[in-house]
Amino acid sequence: MNALRRNVLKSAAGAGAVAVAVAAGLLKPTQAMAAWNKAAFEAKNVGDAMKGIGAASPADSKDITIKAPDIAENGAVVPVEVTSGIAGTSSIAILAEKNGQPLVGTFDLTGGAQGFISTRIKMGQTSLVRAVVNAGGKTYTAAKEVKVTIGGCGG
Amino acid sequence: MAQPMRIRATMAGDVADVKVLMNHPMETGTRKDAKTGQLVPAHFIQEVSATLNGTPVLNANIGGAVSKNPYLGFKVKGAKAGDKVVVSWADNTGDKNSAEATIG
Repeated sequence: MNALRRNVLKSAAGAGAVAVAVAAGLLKPTQAMAAWNKAAFEAKNVGDAMKGIGAASPADSKDITIKAPDIAENGAVVPVEVTSGIAGTSSIAILAEKNGQPLVGTFDLTGGAQGFISTRIKMGQTSLVRAVVNAGGKTYTAAKEVKVTIGGCGG
Repeated sequence: MAQPMRIRATMAGDVADVKVLMNHPMETGTRKDAKTGQLVPAHFIQEVSATLNGTPVLNANIGGAVSKNPYLGFKVKGAKAGDKVVVSWADNTGDKNSAEATIG
């Protein structure tokens, strides 16, 4: 009886180790792409994410317009449109401040691309949606609150 | 896994309005499977780039916080009808896809 019990425990431990190895294997591909700004995307708070994209202390600007719903019923799909009226806008970043990983994306604009980005984002809960604009080496920011009724992060 | 993506490019004045829809699950890697309780492995688009007649106009890095089947809209000044827009993406598993459209 006792011997059987030992064996069962041993095989259970063995199976656990295999599962861990598989999980480790599955996680590897996330490190594949070098250009992708991993540190900024995996930052857990807004401050670190802003630092990661080189915008530690952006100036507030009224020339950035964020078009997003006041109340989003479904946090999994929140339409966001950012328009920058600042001359020489070279990149736009979008952050959802209270997401587990706040940085949504950075968009570098070159060769005639206008200061405009439209996309759809996930939001875990009600929070500010922040746009950070880089123009002529300076960073500017604006934010708009979006109320979320059903969160879009997590099952 | 690479499924078709859709692009539409139209002129509004002297600005081309480009809209792209990509087919992708956009798993963040932090979501749990409701049945098994295991984390669903991350699988999301990391880079999107666009060119107009071969000139880069947009280079985006995105994370898992972009919604499933991502939509992206952008505007390019100085384009004209007949110009070719190419949009391509790459995800964290090394999968990639691209599509092109002619501005109409």
